[in-house]
Amino acid sequence: MESKICASTIKFGNNIDTDVILPGKYLILVDPYELGKHALESLDTEFVNKAKDGVILIGGKNFGCGSSREQAPIALKYAGVKCVIAETFARIFYRNAINIGLPVIECPTISETIKTGDELSVDLETGKIQNLTNNKMVQGTILPPFVMEILTDGGLIENLRKRLNKK
Amino acid sequence: MNITEKILAKASDKKVVSPGDIVDTNVDVLMTHDLTGPLAVESFKKIGAEKVWDSQKIVIILDHQIPAESIKAAELHKTMRQFAKEQKIRVYDVGRGGICHQVMPDQGHVTPGTVIVGSDSHTCTYGAFGAFSTGIGSTEAAAVMTTGKIWFKVPQTIKINVNGSFAKYVTPKDLILNVIGKLGVDGAIYKSVEFAGLTIHEMSIAGRMTICNMAVEMGAKNGIIEPDNITKQYLQNKIKNMPDFLTLQSDIDAQYEQIIEFDVSKMEPQIACPSSVDNVKPISEINEIPIDQAFIGSCTNGRLEDLRLAAQILKGKKIKDGVRALIIPASQEIYKQALIEGLTEIFTDAGAIVCGSACGPCLGGHIGLLAAGETCISTSNRNFIGRMGSTQANVYLSSPAVVAASAVTGKITDPTNLEVKQ
Repeated sequence: MESKICASTIKFGNNIDTDVILPGKYLILVDPYELGKHALESLDTEFVNKAKDGVILIGGKNFGCGSSREQAPIALKYAGVKCVIAETFARIFYRNAINIGLPVIECPTISETIKTGDELSVDLETGKIQNLTNNKMVQGTILPPFVMEILTDGGLIENLRKRLNKK
Repeated sequence: MNITEKILAKASDKKVVSPGDIVDTNVDVLMTHDLTGPLAVESFKKIGAEKVWDSQKIVIILDHQIPAESIKAAELHKTMRQFAKEQKIRVYDVGRGGICHQVMPDQGHVTPGTVIVGSDSHTCTYGAFGAFSTGIGSTEAAAVMTTGKIWFKVPQTIKINVNGSFAKYVTPKDLILNVIGKLGVDGAIYKSVEFAGLTIHEMSIAGRMTICNMAVEMGAKNGIIEPDNITKQYLQNKIKNMPDFLTLQSDIDAQYEQIIEFDVSKMEPQIACPSSVDNVKPISEINEIPIDQAFIGSCTNGRLEDLRLAAQILKGKKIKDGVRALIIPASQEIYKQALIEGLTEIFTDAGAIVCGSACGPCLGGHIGLLAAGETCISTSNRNFIGRMGSTQANVYLSSPAVVAASAVTGKITDPTNLEVKQ
């Protein structure tokens, strides 16, 4: 995975839960692209169209709260979300996103500094979030090295395969 | 150290841990179910491991979409059965178990002081027994299946001291809703919540499970209660080795990020209004809200104690015309007990439907879904938009007593007022 991500943003508020990211009725679907078709449809029926060419999602506090369903970050990833930046994340969602190779960055000031449609350049290694629309920069939290490694390997499956092969 | 820190230190072969430390932890039990399990199986196969780390330490429970309501769900169940057979893992199949968080302790998979992870966010329920338990995702479950280990950041801990006696028809559910209302849905994000105080230690295991179950609704990593004699009595014929509970007490000088006091003496029944679990109001502030559906069940409130309380209110009464009441025991064992005790007869006579044990309408995947514009009062744990069906439906959360009383009147009702009217 590349450590730099460039895309425009779609912004949501606080406490975006996994039931609105992907409703329970779709958990019987197994194809990730099928899951992606329903990402965030409860909040915005047009989200999938807006996201398909690649977007950075901006969230407020407690992004991804609720169910442990990994299908929620999978749906976002396959809908076209390249990265999620939020003030805080619900912990299971946060781990799930990293484990499936969807970059997540915590940034306490993100909601006040970014609006929908801003073009961002995000450096995962340094946590620097450059707003190309107004040329302002905000600093996100840097991931611990072993977590960054999971992400750069493309997720926990690839990371574990690599580690197990080394043994 | 506090109890959570002690458990994490022991499981990561360390003498001492502090909040912020990242620890590589040995897992004692991994639980997975029919909706998150198939993805875990797929990830396990992609990792390329042939055998799970310890087939005795993994439990598979089919509970979300049971009995299968669609061919897709049937395929998921088949995947889990096949995997269980290949790997010699215990599986609780349709009719043989019930809701995972009830089956786990009742079938002896929960021991105080152990580390339990499950691919379900309400895995935190087992903190009621003094275990460190938390929800994880499917791929992480596959990694645990492979290695038997998982990393954790040792959390800060909020201690919640509870004192006072509950008024009639006020329950542990009302307490936890009140706590979440005060702390907020992100009030304990990344943190541990330790419930303590006389009220907690006089509380039944069922009540403690309700409380720890909902710790995740304020973002907590785990909810936990120091094990005591009530824990011992509940588990003594269920688990092989009872640990020394003295090693599972928080030290007198244990560190807490915050200590918050609650007194339940004057607490009213609490209602979490749409569409956030922290949108909590005392029932006296709720105006007569008409309901279409009343649901008693889920891993939060489908226990025998909950059903008895509901039956006490519903005995000899009828569910209001135009309202449907669903009652789903948390396990098949509880289902059987409800039959033996005559509770099922009371429910059926009242006009409620009693279903076999499963997650039911709680997560909107299976039976009892809501149409647009409908309102449900539910004993479950989440009232998010679209959680129980239509995104245009409203879900209110409460205790089983309030749900039962509301089913009779057709609007959200304090059970005490129902008594007065008679």
